[in-house]
Amino acid sequence: MITFLKRFVDNIMSAIFKKKKHLKIGLYGPPNGGKTTLANRICKDWLGEEMGVASEIPHETREIHIKEEITIKSGRKSITFNLVDTPGIATKIDYEDFMKFGMNKKEAKKRAKEATKGVIDAIKWLDDMDVVIVVLDATKDPYSQVNITIIGNLAARNIPVLIVANKIDLRKANVKKIKDAYPQYDIVGISAKTGKNIQEFYESIFAVVG
Amino acid sequence: MLTLQIVPYAEIAKLSSLGRIRKLLNMAKDGYLVLLEGRLTKEEEAELIKTTMEEINNEFKGIELAVVNNLEKEKSFLDVTRANFAKIILGNRTGFTIVGPATLVKQIKRDPHKIQVLLQEKKKSKGKGRK
Repeated sequence: MITFLKRFVDNIMSAIFKKKKHLKIGLYGPPNGGKTTLANRICKDWLGEEMGVASEIPHETREIHIKEEITIKSGRKSITFNLVDTPGIATKIDYEDFMKFGMNKKEAKKRAKEATKGVIDAIKWLDDMDVVIVVLDATKDPYSQVNITIIGNLAARNIPVLIVANKIDLRKANVKKIKDAYPQYDIVGISAKTGKNIQEFYESIFAVVG
Repeated sequence: MLTLQIVPYAEIAKLSSLGRIRKLLNMAKDGYLVLLEGRLTKEEEAELIKTTMEEINNEFKGIELAVVNNLEKEKSFLDVTRANFAKIILGNRTGFTIVGPATLVKQIKRDPHKIQVLLQEKKKSKGKGRK
C-alpha cells in the first residue's frame, strides 16, 4: 500500500515537473503556410537569433527543428517552452513540382524523398506536443483536408490549439474565412514576415497555454 | 480514363483501421476515384497520410482526400445523441470519404455547401463530382 502511494505521488510529481520543464509548442500546418517564418519571428523577438531557413519552395523544412528554452513575457506573465518547427503536412509530393523551381531531376527526387519522411515525422510527433499552433496561409482555402485532419487529430488528442491566419500583409488574405471554417477555435491573424499583430499572437499563446 | 468506384459501408464494416487504410490506398494506387460510404476517424486520416507518404515513388505521387462529416453541422444535443446512437447500432456510416490518386485528381475542393473533384488537365476530361 505504501509503495503504491509512493509511486502514485512520484508519478504526479514527475508529471507536473515534466510538464513545466518541457512544455512543447509545435508549429503545424500545410507547406508554405509560414511556420518557419513564424518560428524565426518568435526566436528573433525573444532569443535574438533565427531558427531556420524559410523559402518560397514548398517543403523547405524537411526535418523537425527544436529551439529550446524560449521565454516569452507579457506584463507579469511569462512562459518558457521548447518550440518545435515541423515539416508541412501534405497528401501528395511530386518531385516534378520541385523541378519548376530550377532543381535538376536528381535534386528534386532527393528533396521529394526527404519531404515524405518529413511529413511522416511531423505526424509521429503530434502525440508529443503540449500545445499546437496551426499556421494557415490566410490567402488560401481553409477547407483543405490537411487542415481538417491536423485540427481534428489535435482535438481527438485533447491538445490545445491556436490557429494562426498568417500573411495578413497580403491583399488576398481573408481571416474571416478561416474564422468561419473553424468557429470553435482561437484564431489570430498575423503577418509573421512583417510582425503585424504579433503582440496579439503572443497574448493568444498565454490564453491557450492557460 | 478515371473510374469512380463506390464502396458501400458494408465492405469496410468489419475491417480494422489498417485494413480500411490499405483498401482505400490500394484502390487509389490502382487509379480509382473512390467514394466510400462512411468516413475514417481522425486518427485513421492521419495514418492514411502517413502510409501514403511511405509509399510515394516515381509513379505514385500521393492522394487527394476529402472526408465529409454531416454531423459537424448538427449542433443540437438531440442531433448528436441520435447520430451517436445510430453509430453504435449501424457503425460509423454518416458522411463519406473521397480518395483519388494525385496523378489523376488535381484537387478536391470543398466549402461548406459543396464538393468539387477537379481532374488533372492532361487527361483532357473535365469531370466534376458534386454533393
